[in-house]
Amino acid sequence: MGTTILEACKQNQVYVPTLCHHEDLCVAGVCRICVVEVEGMRTLQASCAFPITAPIKIKTSTPMVRKARKHIIDLLLSEHYGECYSCFRNNNCELQTLAKEYGVDHYNFGHVDSPRFEIDDSSYSVVRDMDKCILCKRCVRTCIDLQEVGVLEAIGRGYKTHIGTFGEKPLAEVICINCGQCINRCPTGALRANDPRDEIWEAIDNPNKHVVIQTAPSPRAAIGEEFGIEPGHSFTGEMNTALRRIGFDKVFDTNFTADLTIMEEGTELLLRLYKALVKKDSSVVIPQFTSCSPGWVKYLEHFYPEFIPNLSSAKSPQQMFGALIKTYYAKKNNIDPANVVSVAVMPCAAKKFECNRPEMTSSGFKDVDYGLTARELAQMIKEAGIYLPEMPKSNFDDPFGDASGAGLIFGATGGVMEAALRTVIELVTGVKVEKVFENMNIMPVRGFEGIRYAELPITNVGPVPKVLAHLVPNWDWLKGVTLKVAVAHGTANAKKVMEDIKAGGKFSECHFIEFMACPGGCIGGGGQPIPTNAEIRKKRAQAIYAEDESLGVRKSHENTHVLKLYEEFLTDGPCGHTAHKLLHTHYTKRGKFIS
Amino acid sequence: MLVEEKNALTEDIEQLIKKFGKKRSALLSILHGIQVKHRHVSEHAQQEIARLLDIHPVEVYSVLSFFAFLNTNPKGRNLVRICQTISCDMKGKDNIVRAIERELDVKIGGTTSDNKFTVEYVNCLGLCDEGPAMAVNDQVFTKLTPEKAVQILNKVK
Repeated sequence: MGTTILEACKQNQVYVPTLCHHEDLCVAGVCRICVVEVEGMRTLQASCAFPITAPIKIKTSTPMVRKARKHIIDLLLSEHYGECYSCFRNNNCELQTLAKEYGVDHYNFGHVDSPRFEIDDSSYSVVRDMDKCILCKRCVRTCIDLQEVGVLEAIGRGYKTHIGTFGEKPLAEVICINCGQCINRCPTGALRANDPRDEIWEAIDNPNKHVVIQTAPSPRAAIGEEFGIEPGHSFTGEMNTALRRIGFDKVFDTNFTADLTIMEEGTELLLRLYKALVKKDSSVVIPQFTSCSPGWVKYLEHFYPEFIPNLSSAKSPQQMFGALIKTYYAKKNNIDPANVVSVAVMPCAAKKFECNRPEMTSSGFKDVDYGLTARELAQMIKEAGIYLPEMPKSNFDDPFGDASGAGLIFGATGGVMEAALRTVIELVTGVKVEKVFENMNIMPVRGFEGIRYAELPITNVGPVPKVLAHLVPNWDWLKGVTLKVAVAHGTANAKKVMEDIKAGGKFSECHFIEFMACPGGCIGGGGQPIPTNAEIRKKRAQAIYAEDESLGVRKSHENTHVLKLYEEFLTDGPCGHTAHKLLHTHYTKRGKFIS
Repeated sequence: MLVEEKNALTEDIEQLIKKFGKKRSALLSILHGIQVKHRHVSEHAQQEIARLLDIHPVEVYSVLSFFAFLNTNPKGRNLVRICQTISCDMKGKDNIVRAIERELDVKIGGTTSDNKFTVEYVNCLGLCDEGPAMAVNDQVFTKLTPEKAVQILNKVK
């Protein structure tokens, strides 16, 4: 009682096929593949959309049910243009799986032999091929309900119905934030990321190019899924070896620049607080928002451009690394930065857009040449004939080396906040974090609730550490202050927080807020292996937190490579002149009006 | 678009919202109101409606694209809609269409050069027993002959 037929079947281990149904999304009941016979009802009922209100008898496999399901699949295939071999979802396609399950051996209702739609590849991040669309509207529900961005809807009527954007404009011209959540939920190959594999292979095969790759924290916790491993296993060391065997000259850890981000963004926060609380500078705005999620950044630029000053000016870890590789690293190793090709493995579709932002050229070149999703990397590893789980483990390359656990947990929602707090608490109070929070785990900011809020009273302060000595004279002004922080993931939750701030609610009194565009943070990113659901995201997060606990260094400011970088290269310290030139950026007021 | 025109449009939408309410369900009535007054719902109008109803512009566009009587580009001052469904077809709607096309020098689906008429097909007008039928703006005409159709159009200003 109170469940749908589908849920009841699941609880009783009775399999019912689904297509438009998705655990993260509301019920649509449009595909009808999950139809069952309900005793006393004349017609078949969609089990996903049938709430049980009284005891009923259902049959999930009868001649009528099987015939109806087969007809539905046949009808979907009759309009499904393209061949399975040349589709990136081959072997991971829900339509293909169903066709196999129901023994489709020929096209009962014919098959389209020419495309009806043009492929929209205008966006750096998301490619739409509506010939493969089966109109399940998962992307629509993702975009409108889950993310509340509102880019995709069903357009037209009857046979001509298709999924489209406002005014049928190319994706690059509308308010798409590139989060790629629609890709993760598409059952077929209608939505995919803009794939740069060919260009990367070309660079690898070119002996004159020095190809380096940085790997974000989340792909390593999920890439095993592409090789048939259960979610929740990390393949950091194995991935490093595989990347070297593919032909990347150097393998770096984006967590290094995540640590650097904490130093820059944390310093920026302390400076903002100092200016606002001590200097009473009214031009300084608080709360400070994190800026590492490019989907969130573009969301803010579109929907709340008046809050751009709140956004941390620190670049995302990906772009910080890009700027360092073509300056610091290239110089140190006597490589012409023009010959360096910088690739970033990200759990993210929006990172592809981010590396193409015109302002991301502070090294004098395009700082990051290609953003590669975890899915595409898995494909490259397979192309190279490598079975990832069997690779021997190896470490990251110098001069950036292995990073801290703080950088690693950037991958899960609340991770940036936790990493920042580990550093800020120690720098300000001089007390070790593990004395305040058991085992350094700052539990109040962890978890999967959409919005979390935490207060941390600062009761005593310590001396100002050397790296910040030139910026603030002492911490006395922070004594007695209660640090208020919040964490939101998924832009629908971000919207709630932003509306609260606009209305002057409790979040407007926060000092620092972490926003992630994707539900679950980066581990649920639009570039991660498909499928996704709450359970998978939870397991990926567990893998990240477990790896964090296994590391020796778990605080960004204790990362010796970061400290060395400040000694050797960014000599004027965090938020200093060089840091500002290379590691900070500015944003564009986009607004949401589409012209 | 002039600021004046934009403001006038916003005012029109606000008036309609006053009349039909601010719920999502008021959308169709508002779209119809704008369509009647402006003969189309422009992209600017769609986004204004979305803003005032606090829904996504693409949702407005989606509804708009569903209904044949709503359009995003302005049509002629008078709309001539000829029923193309089977009863009217069998009663000789093709002859009516040819006569109108000749008279107005316009192909079906098009607008005359003086912007006076737009001629298009519609599906069943619900007058199957009295075909061929056509609607000129809000008025329907039945049992048409080519001569009668031309006469009707000539009386339209």
